[in-house]
Amino acid sequence: MKWGYFPGCSLLGSARELRESLLAVAGKAGIELQEIPDWNCCGATAAHNVSRLLAVALPGRILALAEKAGMKEVVVPCSACYNRLAVARHELAADEHLREQVKALVEMDYRGDVKLVNLLEMLAIVLGKDAGLKVEKPFAHQVACYYGCLLVRPPKVLKFDRPEDPQAMDELMRKIGAEPIAWPDKVECCGAGLSVSRTDLVAKLSSRILASAVKRGAEAMIVACPMCHANLDMRREDITRLTGEHYSLPVVYLTQAVGLALGLSEKDLGLHRHLVKVVFPAQPKPAPPPQPPAEKKPAEAAEE
Amino acid sequence: MEVKSHLSNRPLNQGLMLTLKQASGQSVARCYQCGKCSAGCPLSGEMDYPPSQILRMLQLDLPGLEEKALGSQTIWLCLSCETCLARCPQEVDLPRIMDFLREESLRRGQAHPSAKRIISFHRAFLDSVEFTGRLFEVGLIADYKARQPQSAFQDVLMAPRLFLRGKLSLIPHLIPGRSAVARIFRKVRETESKK
Repeated sequence: MKWGYFPGCSLLGSARELRESLLAVAGKAGIELQEIPDWNCCGATAAHNVSRLLAVALPGRILALAEKAGMKEVVVPCSACYNRLAVARHELAADEHLREQVKALVEMDYRGDVKLVNLLEMLAIVLGKDAGLKVEKPFAHQVACYYGCLLVRPPKVLKFDRPEDPQAMDELMRKIGAEPIAWPDKVECCGAGLSVSRTDLVAKLSSRILASAVKRGAEAMIVACPMCHANLDMRREDITRLTGEHYSLPVVYLTQAVGLALGLSEKDLGLHRHLVKVVFPAQPKPAPPPQPPAEKKPAEAAEE
Repeated sequence: MEVKSHLSNRPLNQGLMLTLKQASGQSVARCYQCGKCSAGCPLSGEMDYPPSQILRMLQLDLPGLEEKALGSQTIWLCLSCETCLARCPQEVDLPRIMDFLREESLRRGQAHPSAKRIISFHRAFLDSVEFTGRLFEVGLIADYKARQPQSAFQDVLMAPRLFLRGKLSLIPHLIPGRSAVARIFRKVRETESKK
């Protein structure tokens, strides 16, 4: 099977392990991923915050390039890129004037017939009966499936799974032997694009999500989006500094969990690249200081 | 017949409401102020006005309220997480309206001073894409810090840890079609300055 492939900028840098694990899993399933030649950045949050036209034109160029290369389906592993491409595709289909404008901007023809495949859809095929792969090492852990915003919203455009309590990732996790917890924060926002400019707010939101998963017994959080991973894994020290909470819950890409179950090595899946060590069960909290005798407590409170 | 607002005694649907309708097809009149957007918004507690109040300001169409909405912190704190749209019983595309308000606020130079850091980040991000065709993460952070010198020391301790894990790519990926990407940026600016 041969598919088009749009890695997106994060996968070349901070989300390198998503690329490595994706390619490893695709290789195991015999899927050949062909990169869109000369692809550019989708514009992410920055583009639609300052210019709608730019926010459609940048993904427009990517889609036009995929068409030119004769691709019918394009795998888009990053949720943020997937969302921007899907929204642009939708807006271009609905608005003829915009379509003509974008064609002129990207200096290419655009028909709009490329199908976008997100990470969950791709892995459902990898783990489907037709691929003939076996789960060699069940991923036997309690997991919190964290979808984030961009895989499910806006539902009218993406038409993928339920917007409030999606199930696609939970089903995939059950297939590889994991036990997804029931929790209410599957689609809460981690703070996404404010990671650098308002780290304080991101720490607050991400801390809430981690706390909810830990409280319900999760041993790992499973994510599909590089932005979510950056906030939940790379920002862990900021979360401790700004909220005072310490969590050791590892955050694992979907492709890494599936890869482990298919018998791929931790190194090939890039598990060593996370800032929060991937161990099960998660490292225990640093031991609390021994409890002082009861009569000393008021003095301690006064010191604080 | 011209319909006048009974509050402001001006013709209804003029000004910002009209531009919004033309630019996005969104009608703020559809909102019946149930407040579901504000209830579900992850950052409404940090905003100066919750999202439903921003909509109300646009609905009332009173002098001064437009400027208040355009100059609010709210529009820059909005994460575009789309929770409001997914839950809105009237399907008001609030994220699209927020995009419109941000664009308009920048055009009129009315952005809230506290949003500077957020806007600098977006600008630094887009600069990187304009010059190389793709986002160069290390370049983005350097550009952002040049624009926000008070953030110079933020995250510096993280850099060596990321480098050791192979997550910092130090060389930008210059795509062959970067001049075509730069032309998109230039032509978009030309189109928008004609507005």
